[in-house]
This record gives sequence, structure tokens and C-alpha cells, in this order.
Amino acid sequence: MPETEIDIRYVAELARLELNDSDAAKLQRELGQIVNYIAELGELDVTGVQPTAHASLLTNVVREDVRKASFDRAEMLKNAPGVVDENLVKVPQVLPGEGSN
Amino acid sequence: MDLSEKNRRTLPQIAADLKEKKISAVELAKECFSKLDERDNTVKAFLSVDRDAVLAAAEEADKRRASGNALSDYDGIPVGIKDNIAVRGETLSCASKLLKPVVSPYDATAVSRLRAKGFIPFGRLNMDEFAMGSSCENSAFQKTCNPCDTDRVPGGSSGGSAAAVAAGIVPATLGSDTGGSIRQPASFCGTVGLKPTYGRISRYGLVAFASSLDQIGPLTNSVPDAAALLDIMSGVDSMDSTSLDAAAPNSLEAALAGASGRSLKGVKIGLPEEYFASGLASGVDKVMQNSIELVKSMGAEIVKVSLPHTKYAVAVYYIVATAEASANLARFDGIRYGDRKEGRDLIDTYFKSRGAGFGDEVKRRILLGTYVLSSGYYDAYYLRAQKVRTLIRRDFEEAYKKCDILLTPVTPNAAFKFGEKSDPLQMYLSDIFTIALNLSGDCGVSVPGGIDDATGMPVGVQFLAPALGEAKLLGAASAFEAALK
Repeated sequence: MPETEIDIRYVAELARLELNDSDAAKLQRELGQIVNYIAELGELDVTGVQPTAHASLLTNVVREDVRKASFDRAEMLKNAPGVVDENLVKVPQVLPGEGSN
Repeated sequence: MDLSEKNRRTLPQIAADLKEKKISAVELAKECFSKLDERDNTVKAFLSVDRDAVLAAAEEADKRRASGNALSDYDGIPVGIKDNIAVRGETLSCASKLLKPVVSPYDATAVSRLRAKGFIPFGRLNMDEFAMGSSCENSAFQKTCNPCDTDRVPGGSSGGSAAAVAAGIVPATLGSDTGGSIRQPASFCGTVGLKPTYGRISRYGLVAFASSLDQIGPLTNSVPDAAALLDIMSGVDSMDSTSLDAAAPNSLEAALAGASGRSLKGVKIGLPEEYFASGLASGVDKVMQNSIELVKSMGAEIVKVSLPHTKYAVAVYYIVATAEASANLARFDGIRYGDRKEGRDLIDTYFKSRGAGFGDEVKRRILLGTYVLSSGYYDAYYLRAQKVRTLIRRDFEEAYKKCDILLTPVTPNAAFKFGEKSDPLQMYLSDIFTIALNLSGDCGVSVPGGIDDATGMPVGVQFLAPALGEAKLLGAASAFEAALK
């Protein structure tokens, strides 16, 4: 079977994954093989078959919308890579271009 | 292989020793530490063990017991926890560089329910990164070896969980099973491994890989041990809206009855023909044939059944699981937690943190999942896979009209050597007998069935049952286990 050609750079862009050139070439080849394999589903006739999104025995689950205590902010911030004013997660500049950081 | 009774005691044996004051919880913890020191330099099942926390909890357990306030018969027994299940104050790295610095601020519901009965969380167990893999070779931190032969893999992704029990370091562990990640390592290492019905045990505090497939479950030295832990952990939880508000499984009672009765009279056991068709290693096939003879001799009625869409299960699984993973792992971007690699701006920081933090297999699966969900491919792959998932579920429904439980192999081969399966697709194909259960949402268990004569490695056999059928499942598995001994 011919191998499926995947635009690995485009997919990596969608997935927000930085790839170096050798990884990209390797992943492109491996994903091509895997996609080639999963394409065998195409041989099945699935006309009229309902999709299964999950195997849960439940349908909708609702609850009262009540206010309750959540985690302690200081404790949650301990895991943040950067913190400002002991209160906020520090993030890099959001918009590209010149600016203060 | 460390199979001596002293080192691999079942939970009731330990509970009896605690009750009769043959051992204290502190002494038990110290026994586990010395076993850890003795075995884990080579096995490397644990990423870390907070000995002070374990000892402090053991002291509390001893105090409770001395004052007649033991939380249960199990008060003071250590349970190892896979590194993707949250334990307050401990790391939650999922064996990933990206989450190496993360410390959990809370307990998973499964863990808090075990604590409520006095079980002590013991250490962080190695795994394939984000539970993606079948050998533990995808851990970013260390290679866990199979305690039965250190040249071989322990299986995955809950390889540390299986190895820790098999090496006799702790009497029980928790793992997670998305496509066989409890049952396959249990089979490879010679332990019991249970994948409960989807929704039986709350997933709150389990780092999500594929949310429609993930389940927490126990790895133990016996079927009744797995049943005991299941009964304690199961039940509806307001923190997981997919958890089931079902009648308690009462599986311990069924497992104990199975163990004492050793009978399968009146039980119809189905053998799915597709699982025995070809590709089974001869040693695995022998264990299966012996097991079939054994259950027959125990009075079971053997029924031939068919699961005609079995050959598509791997393809469906690797579409559904990776699609869900690509969405679930989007949150790991180096912003709110984890290891951040600063870039030019916010979006470049995402690229750099994820590029540096994720290992090869995780990248492969994120990319595959992103691809099958991407515009132009969604209908051909993801939607079609969801439809075939329906056909796979129907296969099981049809089979269970003819039988009560199914008996199948767990894997085509016994534990393989490190590096033996370097091709990702070959690795995926070895999951063929375990993944359909996650797609159907039913329950299943791997029980030691014998030894592969070619490698000398343990081989598990798999019992499967319909959703919420754990009592029936574990009753039969326990009878089998007792009869085999």
C-alpha cells in the first residue's frame, strides 16, 4: 500500500509542538505508517451506524449550582513556573512584537 | 522470581497479622522499605518514596488500632500509587519531564477512599509517560525491569505498579487502564490486574489520557485482594460526573466464595474465536489450552462465540485514544504548572515547553490525534472510528447473550526484552486483546495462568464480563485462581 503523506509541520503547528528537523522527518514516516494502518477502517460499511462517543451508562448528569470553597490560592500557585505579586501566574508577552516584559 | 509467601502476602494475611499484633503498621512499613532497598535498585519500580510520610501515617494507624479505633482490618497497609494518580503533597509527574516539578495539592478520590479505610499511599510508581506505552520504556526518568527477568520489560503503562507487587515491595498498587495498561503488565509480571467497568471508580485525580477509556484499578497478589480494593474505591463521586451511582459491586464476597468453592458449575464461559485465531506464541497458547481444560474440569460450560470486529479494534483505539489525548494534553503548556521553556512570546512558550517537555511517544500520539481530528480528516478517521466502536460494543452484547463471561489471552506474547519492539505500530498491535474492553466500557481482569515455556515468564489469562459484572467476573476468576494453586 502507498504510504499516506502527512504534512507534519502543519499538524505540529496545530498541536503547538516544536519539532526539530530530524524528529519531524522521523515522525512523518512513523505517522504515515500508522495512518496507513488505521485507514483499514475505510473497508467497513458503517452506513446507518450511530457513533459511540463514550461507553458510559449515563446520559446527562446535573447538580445544584452551589458555591463552595475551592483550593487555597497560595498552594495552587506553588506549582506555577512564574508568579507575580504572590497572587498571579506570570506569563510571557501575549502579543508578538516589541513591548515590555 | 520472588514468589515466596513471606514476601507476597495477601491483604487478609496482613490484616490478620496486624490484628493479632504479630506486626505493627510501623514494622510493616519498615519491611516494605527494606524490600525496597533490597529490590528496587534493580527493578526500579518507584520514582520516589516519601518514607517520613509513610512512617507518620503508620504511626497514626498503630495509635488508632491500640485505642480500638482502627479504620478497618486493613488499617496501616501500604498501597503503591502510579504517578498519574494524585496524592496530596506528592509529585504528579506522569513520568514526564514536563510535569517533573508538579506536586499535587489534593488526593484522587480513589486514594482518599483507601485512606478512609487506613491504607497508606506508598511512593510514586513508574509508568510510560502519560500512560502511553506498553513497556514502561517511555518513562522520561527510568527503566523499570520485570522482577522475573530484569532483561525484560514489566509491561505498561502501569509497569511500576505491576513490578512493585511482583517484587514483593508492597502488597498492592493502583494503576490506570486505558487500553490494557493494568492487565498487560499484570500478565507480564505475574500479578492480578483489574480494569473495572467504566465509571465504577471515580477518575477525579487521575491525570486524563483518554477520558472515555481511562479507569483506575488495583494490581494485587490475589483476586480477592483486587475485589477488596475495588469495593472500597467504587461508587459515585460528585467530582466525576461519569462515575456511576450503581449498587455496590460486592465483589469481595463473590471472590471469597469463588476461592472456597473452586467451582464454575453453571457458568457459561465464552471463547471468542478471533482471539485464538493465530499469532499466539506457543507458550501463551499452551497456558490458554490448560486454562480452558481447567475451567471445564471445574464445571464451566464452554461456548464458542465470535467478536467479528476484533481486527479493527487497534485502529479504532489508536484513533479514539489519540484524539482524546490531543485534547486532554493541550493543557500542558508550561503556563500554570510544569516545566516552562521561555520563548519569544506566549505562543512560542507553548511550542518550546511542549517540544522540550514531551517524549517521542507522547508527541507521536498528540500529532496522530490532532491529525485525525483536523479539518478534512475528521469524518474519515474520528467519526468513522466512533461508528466502528459501536460495532465493537455490539459484538460484545451479542456474545454475552450466549455466555456469562469470556476467557481470552491478555497478550499474544509473554514479556519481551528491552528494545525488542522499537517500531511503534508493532507495539500498538500487541494491545489487540486488551483494548476492545476499554472501547466497550466493560470490566476485565488478568489472572496468572501459567508460565511461558519458551521464556520462563509468567502468562496471564483474561476474564471479561459485561458492565457492572464485577461480582460474577471476580467470583469466577477467584475460583480459577484457587483451583490453579
